Amino acid sequence: MNEAKRPLPNAAEFDTRQFWSHTRNKKLTYQQCKNCNTIVFYPRAHCTGCTNGDLEWKTASGKGKVYTYSVVRQSYHPFFRTKIPYAVAWIDLDEGPRILSNVVGVDDPLTDIKIGMPVTVEWEEHEELNIPLFKPV
Amino acid sequence: MSQTREAAIVGIHEYPSRDVEGTVSPMQIKAASAAKALADAGLNWSDVDAIYDAGDGGGMSGLTIAEYFGLKPSVIDTTGVGGSSFEFHAAHAKRAIAAGKAKVALLTYGSTAHSNARAIGVGGRGGGGMHPADNMDAFAGMTLIANYAMVAQRHMHDYGTTSEQLAEISTATRCHAMRNPEAVKAMEDLEFLDIRETTIEDVVNSRMIADPLHLLECCMISDGGGAVVIASPEIARNCAKNPVWILGTGEATKYPENGGDITVSAAVQSGPQAFGEAGVTPAEMDIAMIYDSFSITVLTILEDLGFCKKGEGGAWVQGGRLRFDRPGDGPALNTDGGGLSSNHPGMRGIFLLIEATRQLRGESCSQVDGAKLAVAHGNGGMLGSRHAAGTVILGRD
Repeated sequence: MNEAKRPLPNAAEFDTRQFWSHTRNKKLTYQQCKNCNTIVFYPRAHCTGCTNGDLEWKTASGKGKVYTYSVVRQSYHPFFRTKIPYAVAWIDLDEGPRILSNVVGVDDPLTDIKIGMPVTVEWEEHEELNIPLFKPV
Repeated sequence: MSQTREAAIVGIHEYPSRDVEGTVSPMQIKAASAAKALADAGLNWSDVDAIYDAGDGGGMSGLTIAEYFGLKPSVIDTTGVGGSSFEFHAAHAKRAIAAGKAKVALLTYGSTAHSNARAIGVGGRGGGGMHPADNMDAFAGMTLIANYAMVAQRHMHDYGTTSEQLAEISTATRCHAMRNPEAVKAMEDLEFLDIRETTIEDVVNSRMIADPLHLLECCMISDGGGAVVIASPEIARNCAKNPVWILGTGEATKYPENGGDITVSAAVQSGPQAFGEAGVTPAEMDIAMIYDSFSITVLTILEDLGFCKKGEGGAWVQGGRLRFDRPGDGPALNTDGGGLSSNHPGMRGIFLLIEATRQLRGESCSQVDGAKLAVAHGNGGMLGSRHAAGTVILGRD
């Protein structure tokens, strides 16, 4: 019987493919405009702050804080149902971007996760790319 | 600012069954509802010259829905913003009629979400799609309920809001549902356990689905549909029922932003547009039909529309303030029983217009005596990430 797998991103998607390509080297990246300094995240080919944008890729430290979270108790998804209870969270990276991910590496997600808690990236390895999860510092 | 009367809701119908057991299609629900709503108005198919479809009429419904209904409309609008689509449609119909481009607009909805056994709330999402935002999010397994739960979690953190306060939304809507025979039938057909009025304790002691949201804070997944007919003043004054005027409308969208406040919804943008155009205030509302996908959806939107200040919603709703039998104390909330306890086939926005119209006609099962003003606010998409907001202010003569 096949084991259910985490749904992975499409590595060819036009706007985000470079972000996912960077994860192969376990680099968590975001874009910032050299012209107007706007941080663009999720990644895109255009700057949302100015019309003559010049986006450059920057590497985040991987450190941030839990902005908010929920512990999922019920899911019918073939992979995630095996992970219950698990925590989904919006993480505010120290550099500014807000990323959706899971908080892992806690004994009990029901009691051990708090808003504002410092976390750092923990890479889950896959063949074509790696997935940025977050664990308490 | 003077109030204008440019268009009115003249016909409504809510499809009665919430469990069609696979015997009819969404398109058939749409057409059956349209015929009933037109008859309610004293109009016929041939009077319709504008159609609105949220995409439940199938791909490229702008091409196909007129043919299915046998119409030759000159205004075709397929704005699809999830459950708030119908508030957008009402806004667009008002503008099209005011501009002289149409006289009779038909809005329809049909869904067999329950029969299709769609796990809307807890299905989780599949692998990366081709939309870049989805391609960043899908790996995390955020269920729809978890999306809303993250708003509630942050609201509790920032403002001290409690589960007991959120439960007020659930108990008020269930109180109204128990007075609505179609809602009671819906709960029976969908095999709700122990169908009765609920207490705060019932809600907070129900099973946790995604912290901090409990089972009784989550909407049902039903079949269903409905239709709304909107007409020009000349036609409205000669229809079978008294007109319910569209006094003001607002539209907005919101999405995750780096550093943004997840507890604030797009209603902060759509609400002032609608109330401003109508020249009325939230305090004047007799009825609040607010999209109750979850308890937190209503709480944030009440704040964002200006019924109370941001963060004070929890205390504001306490003590049964939203019940229909507390006139003068705040608006009656979702007097049909809401998505929590009457009807939620996936895109509930049309029922907000329908029940608000019933109230202003004096036809509700939980009638507020002398109700004159109502707000219908649809929230489409997902509250904790990208969503759309449509606010419609309605009033009678």
